[in-house]
Amino acid sequence: MPGRKTLLDVISPIMVGPSSSHTAGAVRIGLMAREIFNGEIKKVHFRLYNSFATTGKGHGTDKALLAGLLGWGVEDVRIKDIFNHDYGIEYEFEFVEDTNKPPNAVRIIINDKMTIRAESVGSGEVAVTNINGFNVNITGHYNSLLLIYQDLPGVISKVTDLIQRRGVNIASLLCDRDIKGGNASMYIALDSDIDPELVSNIRNIECIYFTAGIRKLKS
Amino acid sequence: MIITETFEELLSECKKNKQSIYEQAQAEEAFVQDLAVDYLRDIVYRNICAMKECIQNGIKSKELSKSGLSGGDCKKLQAHFKNSPALFGKFFEKITVYALASAEENARMGKIVACPTAGSCGIVPAVLITMVEEENISKDIQINGLITAGKIGQVISNKVRLAGAAAGCQAECGVASGMAAGLLTYLRGGSNEKVVYAAILAIKNILGLTCDPVCGLVEVPCVKRNPFLAVHAVTASEMALAGIVSKIPPDEVVDVLARTGNLMSPVLKETSQGGLAKTKTGIELEKQLADKL
Repeated sequence: MPGRKTLLDVISPIMVGPSSSHTAGAVRIGLMAREIFNGEIKKVHFRLYNSFATTGKGHGTDKALLAGLLGWGVEDVRIKDIFNHDYGIEYEFEFVEDTNKPPNAVRIIINDKMTIRAESVGSGEVAVTNINGFNVNITGHYNSLLLIYQDLPGVISKVTDLIQRRGVNIASLLCDRDIKGGNASMYIALDSDIDPELVSNIRNIECIYFTAGIRKLKS
Repeated sequence: MIITETFEELLSECKKNKQSIYEQAQAEEAFVQDLAVDYLRDIVYRNICAMKECIQNGIKSKELSKSGLSGGDCKKLQAHFKNSPALFGKFFEKITVYALASAEENARMGKIVACPTAGSCGIVPAVLITMVEEENISKDIQINGLITAGKIGQVISNKVRLAGAAAGCQAECGVASGMAAGLLTYLRGGSNEKVVYAAILAIKNILGLTCDPVCGLVEVPCVKRNPFLAVHAVTASEMALAGIVSKIPPDEVVDVLARTGNLMSPVLKETSQGGLAKTKTGIELEKQLADKL
């Protein structure tokens, strides 16, 4: 049952209103995008779709997305007035309706370099669904690793071997690729904290050109 | 560790171990989350403090929400009670004022505690904080109470996603009212069975409640629904404390909550394509807001 909650989930989070999906969910999407990008953000473009577009301003979805990208939490009372200050980031919002997209969806482009698609699925739950064209399903429930690499035989086993050698259990693993021998992505959910040394060892594997350790979201 | 998933399992496990719902619930949650029980209780207390803070902010503020659709009613209700005390007394005054205070805070992007959701954030805190202030409830009992409420919501969430988009307002304000009824019944010394029956009586009475917010915003009818359903919880609790039971067993009522949610048209589940959102005035407001926001 996907909506199943823990007791603490039911009586949380402490958040700024007004909507779990359109405000808290949007902050969480921003926070995940920040984790995934893992670098200095100079410029960001948000395209809000459908319900995010039509009711987003009333729900502060635009403010919430930016807040998450700045690393602010869902309970940060500065969110309401976020547009009144300068953060050294150039940002832009676009609001569109596209029935091919989920009801509460957003596309985020960071520094003209990385494109992240995400959606808010209700009750504050979110999912990053695509990064630079690769399908992923990052919900923020696990500490996880995201790799983008050249699709060659043996990469998966090299990576899982490094993980296993550190005694870490893999909760789930999702791979995708464009064409054979082209670009591939690997998303690995872990049952432990993210070990910086592990991330750095994986980064050193040849043919992997992007590695991100994504910390799970606070509930 | 047995993780109870239904009310029947919960009550039977509590009976077997001779303990209260909160004891069973905190042991389960500590196990599932891999936390020490004391730490878990600290987190719960932090949320209670945030509920108090939210109410305090809400009762002081006159500020309207960004859309202008809500805000200011909590002040009106306080002024009214000052001139003309409520027919049902101090408890009624506090519960309704506090529920409006949190719900208006939510609409103006203030800090709230989703319980179980943001739109229904006024209901459980209104009942809890009123009792804390009027009956001098100790910190430990407050925590036990909110854990009891949380377990009620958690059991329901095993069958129904607690979101208007999934099952209408019955799954948000309705479930909140059930949680508040169980909480109040615990605080007043009700047995485990009475706690569950209070929750279920409240929920049984709001089956089918739609989610049709005007302009898609968590304001109309959501804000005013909070004081209504906070009071509704008190009725359920009084009946349960009197020994009145639900003829339909608790888990069967939860099944109906889920089935009713599935039967409800998407038009009435947070899409704002029908109901109050598509009244003549609702449509006009939508047009006006499109220019304003």
